[in-house]
Amino acid sequence: MKVELENLTKRWGKFVGADGINLAIGDGEFVAFLGPSGCGKTTTLLMVAGIYKPSEGTIRFDGKVVNTVSPKDRNIGMVFQSYALYPHMTVYQNISYPLKLRKMPKRERRERAQDVADMMGIGDLMDRKPAMLSGGQQQRVALGRSLVKEPQLLLFDEPLSNLDARLRLSMRGEIKRLQMELGITSIYVTHDQVEAMTMADRIAVMKDGKLEAYAKPDELYDRPRTLFVAGFVGNPPMNFLKVEVTREDGEYRARAEGIDLLVPAERGEKAVIKGEVIMGIRPEDVSIADGGTQGEIYVVEPLGRDDLVDVRIGDIEIHVLANPTLGTKMGERTSLKFDTKEVQFFDPETEQSLIWN
Amino acid sequence: MSVSNRRERGGVPSLSLREPFEQPSSIGAWLHSRRAAWAFMSPAVLLITLFFFIPVIVLLVLSLSDLKSANFGTFQWWLPTNWSLDNYSKIIGDRFISKFLGNTLFYVLTTLAIFNFGSALLIALITTHINRRAGFFFRLLWLLPRLTPSVVYILMWRRIAARAPHGILNQFLTLAGLGGGDNLLQTMPWVFVIIVNGLIGASFGLVIFTSAIEAIPRDYLTASKVDGASTLQTIRHVIVPMIRWPILFVLTFQTLSLLTSFEQILLLTGGGPGLFRTEVWALRAYHLALSTESGNTQWGYGAAWAVILVIIGVAAATIYMRVFKFDELVEEPKIDLI
Ligand SMILES: Nc1ncnc2c1ncn2[C@@H]1O[C@H](COP(=O)(O)OP(=O)(O)OP(=O)(O)O)[C@@H](O)[C@H]1O
Ligand SMILES: [Mg+2]
Repeated sequence: MKVELENLTKRWGKFVGADGINLAIGDGEFVAFLGPSGCGKTTTLLMVAGIYKPSEGTIRFDGKVVNTVSPKDRNIGMVFQSYALYPHMTVYQNISYPLKLRKMPKRERRERAQDVADMMGIGDLMDRKPAMLSGGQQQRVALGRSLVKEPQLLLFDEPLSNLDARLRLSMRGEIKRLQMELGITSIYVTHDQVEAMTMADRIAVMKDGKLEAYAKPDELYDRPRTLFVAGFVGNPPMNFLKVEVTREDGEYRARAEGIDLLVPAERGEKAVIKGEVIMGIRPEDVSIADGGTQGEIYVVEPLGRDDLVDVRIGDIEIHVLANPTLGTKMGERTSLKFDTKEVQFFDPETEQSLIWN
Repeated sequence: MSVSNRRERGGVPSLSLREPFEQPSSIGAWLHSRRAAWAFMSPAVLLITLFFFIPVIVLLVLSLSDLKSANFGTFQWWLPTNWSLDNYSKIIGDRFISKFLGNTLFYVLTTLAIFNFGSALLIALITTHINRRAGFFFRLLWLLPRLTPSVVYILMWRRIAARAPHGILNQFLTLAGLGGGDNLLQTMPWVFVIIVNGLIGASFGLVIFTSAIEAIPRDYLTASKVDGASTLQTIRHVIVPMIRWPILFVLTFQTLSLLTSFEQILLLTGGGPGLFRTEVWALRAYHLALSTESGNTQWGYGAAWAVILVIIGVAAATIYMRVFKFDELVEEPKIDLI
């Protein structure tokens, strides 16, 4: 099913929870709503579900306006961070609840619920109450309940946030695979950018109720249109520093105190008009190597495969991913090499990208 | 299921009053856990002993004696030699016993069904599904009868029910050409007894149900709607089961308080009109034991009436607990005391 949101807005009195959201989701597409806490992700999702009435704008399912269609007639499945399993019902009763509401005969209900439960790997837990399940099992039941009525749209509201890191990783893969196999259009709300990047076909980045960007993960990563998106997408986050971009002898240079970098011409020429700009460079594009920019190691955070090293060049703070075998130590002097191929430039006032707009 | 779960935890005695000691690791630990349990329970036990068990025992002894104002001071009611079941056989032989019993059942069940439980739940459900502020004011309205002093409240109702041309209702009725203008407390006493009590009683359940419904996490209601339930289906399948505990509590509490309440009836109809038309069991006990109207207050005999009321109350509470599977409602202890 296709989903279109047009100028979708939700207000409570003067407060705006979602502000003029425009986006279209293709049939079978998996879209993530990504943004910091309080940016209006849940609000938007609940409008799509029909729980909140939009203050303005329209929601279309397959071209039909559904603004006034009640949730029960929208044929959607929803999974919550809290799981929201009815505590007084057994697993079987929870999963078959949507079917019972459709007045499906008991035998068929049993079969369908069992099929879904088997698919989710919880087929032998049917008689338990939710309180006797682990978090991961509960989330599987919740998934089963959302899938059992074969919905045309799946809504996820941070479904994995309450699980431990390992389980989150495996559930992430499972949800993704399920969604692809079943081909159900899905909206997945998360504030975890790794989750969004790895699972979604497209990501809608939200900030203060507004849609900041809507693009494929690699496009958001490589061609961020705003400073916010650049900073929010990617882990560890992009480094930002104020630089002056100049053109000398046909070459473009970005300079700050203690830093002087050659930047690619096609990127530099977009920034040189502004002069003073914010430069963004990802930690993986900076390395510790001799003969580069001089700095001092401030903090070293071992991440396992890499060390995240915080290097200070005067007042400028640069995060670098370094090989642990280098044996970087706090307080030591070091030297940084910048790979400026993927460097980003932003207007300091509008915070818009100077390259991609 | 829960039992086996706890067994797996390996012999740590837990503070549960139902099965306090599976596989104790040692006698010392067992004693220790019991002692802790009693330490926590003792204030409650003390209060219940002081204010329930002791009065009930005194009442019981009193009910076996023939203490009355005529022999007060000379009659030694506490001596077992003065005890007998005469009062009870007198009650059973009472010509009006079925009248009192029927009145009581009718009064309790009707008031409970229509107001103290029915209206309370209905209004709680309605006011939690409409605009918050409107809901709040609507509920406040229902609290007014409870906030009004009994005497003022009853006087107001007497005025409402009074004979034409003074009675407020009768003014309307005569305008509409209905009724004979008689005092409505004479012609339809039960209607007023039930409304007057119900309007006071409903607020209790209303407050409890409202807070219970509002405490249900939003996600459950959202989930139910998305799962395909209408508002009524959500109420039936999700909200009501989730407030089973408060429902049991309100039903039990209100049944007991209706069983034992008589002051509104006393002030409104005095048990009349005629012979015992609205005389309920508790009012009968009051009339016999505490009222001086007859010139002879029969404490012993009245106490026997009260004892039977206590028995009926305990029986009712037990039935409720059975019906609601009280055992299942009691949660596993949240903390294991070691
Ligand atoms: N019913 C409501 N009435 C008033 N304000 C609300 C209501 N629901 C949400 N808001 C406000 O709208 C804003 C967006 O809320 P929303 O729940 O959509 O955030 P979110 O992006 O889902 O955040 P999180 O990641 O923390 O869940 C918040 O500032 C919140 O306080
Ligand atoms: Mg949210």
